[in-house]
Amino acid sequence: MSCSDFNDLDAELTAFGHPGGSSVRAVHDQFHGDLLEVSMGPQHPSTHGVFRMVATLDGEQIVKLKPVFGYLHRNHEKIAENTTYLGSMPYTDRLDYLCSMSTNWAYALAVEKLSGQAVPDRAQYLRIIMAELTRLVNHACLVGFLFNDLGTSFTPLLYAFREREKIIDLFEALSGSRMMCNYQRFGGCRVDPTPEWLAAARTLVENFPRFLDEYERMLTGNEIMLARTQGIGRLDPAHAVNAGLTGPVLRASGVDYDLRKVDGYGFYPRFDFRVPLGAQGDTYDRYMLRILEMRESVKILVQAFRDLPGGPIMDPKAKLRSFRPKAGEAYGRLEGPKGELGFYLISDGTPNPYRYRVRPPSLINLTLLEEMCLGHTIADAVVILGSIDIVLGEVDR
Amino acid sequence: MSDAPQSTPASPRPAPAEGFPAAGNISDADREELRRHGILLTSLEELYNWGRSNSIWPLQFGLACCAIEMIAAATARFDIARFGAEIFRPSPRQADLMIVSGTVTKKMAPLVVRLWNQMPEPKYCIAMGACAISGGPFKQGYNVLKGIDRLIPVDIYIPGCPPRPEALLNGLIQLQKQIKGEKLTGPDAARHTRADLPSEYPIPAYGAHDLEPAKNPAVWTPPAPPSA
Repeated sequence: MSCSDFNDLDAELTAFGHPGGSSVRAVHDQFHGDLLEVSMGPQHPSTHGVFRMVATLDGEQIVKLKPVFGYLHRNHEKIAENTTYLGSMPYTDRLDYLCSMSTNWAYALAVEKLSGQAVPDRAQYLRIIMAELTRLVNHACLVGFLFNDLGTSFTPLLYAFREREKIIDLFEALSGSRMMCNYQRFGGCRVDPTPEWLAAARTLVENFPRFLDEYERMLTGNEIMLARTQGIGRLDPAHAVNAGLTGPVLRASGVDYDLRKVDGYGFYPRFDFRVPLGAQGDTYDRYMLRILEMRESVKILVQAFRDLPGGPIMDPKAKLRSFRPKAGEAYGRLEGPKGELGFYLISDGTPNPYRYRVRPPSLINLTLLEEMCLGHTIADAVVILGSIDIVLGEVDR
Repeated sequence: MSDAPQSTPASPRPAPAEGFPAAGNISDADREELRRHGILLTSLEELYNWGRSNSIWPLQFGLACCAIEMIAAATARFDIARFGAEIFRPSPRQADLMIVSGTVTKKMAPLVVRLWNQMPEPKYCIAMGACAISGGPFKQGYNVLKGIDRLIPVDIYIPGCPPRPEALLNGLIQLQKQIKGEKLTGPDAARHTRADLPSEYPIPAYGAHDLEPAKNPAVWTPPAPPSA
């Protein structure tokens, strides 16, 4: 316990009529032992992969928390610098392995910016459909994992994975792979969905709000859930902006910053949707925001299915073989399910990028983990980490 | 816990007594005949293996992308519980099976070996996905271990990137078959019954350039170069 903590405690006890002062220190010395350092992970069921937290505890309270990562550093950027532009597309699938479709898109955006490649209308709509379906998968799974961390071992996750399987089946029917879709190309998409596929996807999207209602009926008002999340891990907006946080974690603190609105990439300006915002910035807001975002995604998807134009899915001028963009640099970014996902590329005119850099939202969102956890118990740290939504493939790359 | 391999001296086990029928000497037809009369005849070995193979508790241990498919295998659609392996234990002390589900980096490899050493015998290892088998798409990376079988013995390899949950279930069924065929006595007895075989493996250090040692020669030898 630091000196200022003692003073706080003194003031608090004086307010209750306690003598305070040195007696508090004496009582503290009598009942408080040494600080305890607890290492959680990298093998831990609640650290969402191979993440490690070194927490210093006073009793059960966290006084210091050091995140340790790098256990899944698999050289994504270095490998991409030794591969052709198109050759790194499958690697981007494995970056954020829950949302391969939107990661593909972010990379395609950066390369298209670099080479000045146009994208046909139908492909733009298909990209939005895939990105929003991915957001549904990611948020549904995240909420399931969050409840795992809260201690409801597995049951909410079973519901979330039931819905995930339906969407994953669609991805598989379209791209041939459940998780690693490798769907986007520079200048369009790889496969044109059949009318049957579109009908199946539309049915799924129309039924999705029913699943959300069912989910919310079971979870949102739950008393234990409210007690464990409200007021826990509070993050003030100024802090979040200073640290460069993006995505649902930032918006849960009440900052209206959504790249779909701010940047207007793709055809998002044509769509009518709202950006939900939190008020408290606590774990409950972060949970609720995901649920609301899923409802908005359903709205976007319904509009996209309604307006989906015909036409080609690849720009006829798009070049896949011997693709060499002019020397230059480009930064492409989009609002991924976890936050701003960006790719920064420098081309020197060769088939390989000279520099390839990923701006991973979950790594940057992790930087404030200690701020959010200080003063809470070690059990809350697990829940706070769950509400940030990290994927280690993206954090460590 | 000592990190050194078991140093128990190899003790020759007594050969099975003569005249005692070994397991499985009765033909299936005879056994079926007895079963119809209400007599269930089995050997201790068979009973033991039957029980073990149908309650394999995996270690709850996800490394990368494959871990998501491992979780999917545990959910309602694929339902790994049908094969008695739904109880994922977070503690290696309670686990029978380590599913290495994902890329093993050089920073993670010592910890994977340590977890393997902490698991009690009999224990099995499934290498799930291309990365765990050989490094997979990330093989050229400077920080990626080129296959977990360089450090610990692997029983089942499941190819795929990532393998489908059905593939994981198939791997589990193969492992069950292997367990059901294991002998408890005799010269070809199962690994865990033999005191001369190690249960723990040396944990490599995260060295300046590579793991030290980079591989365990007791479990892995590099393939011979193709003859000219």
